[in-house]
Amino acid sequence: MTEETQHTFLDEVTTIPGGERLRTCIQCGTCGGSCPSGPAMDYTPREIFALIMAGERERVLKSNTFWFCVSCYYCTIRCPQEIPITDIMYQLKRLAIKAGYYRASITNFSETFVGQIETYGRSFELGLATAHYLRYHPIESVRMSPLMLGMVTRGRMAFRPKRIRGIRPLRAILRKAKELGGEW
Amino acid sequence: MRYAYYPGCSLERNAAAYDESFRLVAEVLGMELVEIPDWNCCGATEYFSLDLLPAYALVARNLALVPEDLDQVVAPCSACYYNLLKTDKNMAAYPKLASAVNESLAAGKLHYTPGRVRSRHALDVILEDFSLEDLAAHVEKPLRGIRLAAYYGCVTVRPMGHDDPEYPIRMERLLKALGATVVEFSLRANCCGGHMTQLDAETAYEMLHYLLRNAAKLDVDALVTACPMCQLNLDAYQGQVNSHFGTDFHIPILYFTQVMGLAFGIDPDALGFGQEIVSAERVLEKFRNPPEEEEKKPRRKRRDKDALPMPEPLSGGGR
Repeated sequence: MTEETQHTFLDEVTTIPGGERLRTCIQCGTCGGSCPSGPAMDYTPREIFALIMAGERERVLKSNTFWFCVSCYYCTIRCPQEIPITDIMYQLKRLAIKAGYYRASITNFSETFVGQIETYGRSFELGLATAHYLRYHPIESVRMSPLMLGMVTRGRMAFRPKRIRGIRPLRAILRKAKELGGEW
Repeated sequence: MRYAYYPGCSLERNAAAYDESFRLVAEVLGMELVEIPDWNCCGATEYFSLDLLPAYALVARNLALVPEDLDQVVAPCSACYYNLLKTDKNMAAYPKLASAVNESLAAGKLHYTPGRVRSRHALDVILEDFSLEDLAAHVEKPLRGIRLAAYYGCVTVRPMGHDDPEYPIRMERLLKALGATVVEFSLRANCCGGHMTQLDAETAYEMLHYLLRNAAKLDVDALVTACPMCQLNLDAYQGQVNSHFGTDFHIPILYFTQVMGLAFGIDPDALGFGQEIVSAERVLEKFRNPPEEEEKKPRRKRRDKDALPMPEPLSGGGR
């Protein structure tokens, strides 16, 4: 690993608002200790940060760590260096997708969700969740049927959201935003 | 008082009980809710995982659509609230981001000036714009003898909440003002797992089991929440957790606006009671036939004399 690549990866990660704080990480481990899904992660957030500093781009982006982040923000508020850790996890998700390190059962959930927004302007997470579940966890779905039945009988289930009136201008806005792209 | 109202997608269907009860409670309190015309989804946690600028532009469209004469928006869903707040704050702090978002919005003939609209969670609005005395004055049927614990989850209080991010206490104060027996739930700001049920069921069930197991020890009649994601996970997946761990939890998960409405004397059906998967019928029974005397708090089991020393638990009777 050359000096140059090390810097490149850290730079890539820190482009988000407040991301520069990552350079001040003292490896205290408060993040991992606060993480409710930490035990399921390949590397705890602290380890991920050490790997980022070491320029281990592929190991970081291929890990499951950031996909298991549940956005609870415990690490963010507890970090003594005020690193926006949760936002960095989102940044790692985006970088992993860009790099093609894809986890179909996870990434597709986000993509289907976003697809729904681009089609209707609104989302219906439960209908989407059901469709996602059937596709990626067909065996488990059988055990889920009482849940689905309960939701249907209580009027809490729909498969399609309502379409907003301004769907065309919304699509134009999103198209423009994608075109501008960039990192923030 | 007039507020722009952003219900968000969950409240349209799966969390309709939250929408219905919030609107009714707001009416009693004299809040006028003006729904943002043709609002769109906030993107939840998903859009920010994929593409940053469209994610911000998506949220900003809603802020731009807030009628000119209104300067605050109330969102009952914690994810919506946080996305609205985060977008406004980051646009204000990073002018480069603000101009890129506005360049995108211009494609839809919209513009948003950061700082124009203050984004607020429904729980904050109720507890900041009304005093506990104001709220108590509307109570027609106190929730006497009903043991309730507040469950806040994450983004209502973190990272930009108005209460303590680790040990929030506002909802407990509200429940007490409604006449309920408040039980302090030490995991009240822990995470329900968010969308984890879709990604890794095992991990999700473990997180939910941790919450339910500890709530069950408190012998509560219901957990009271302020977030549709928390409600969905703890309510709809409670049966899955039971079959996965061989447990027998039966803890109804209600919205704080539902129990407020109940105390305000509003019909439970109108408040969306009955839409929950884990039936809250026993709560309603207790409400209709309040116990003669305030129930005594069950005595905690004596600890094993060989156990390690532990700090005294916080009082179970509220503050």
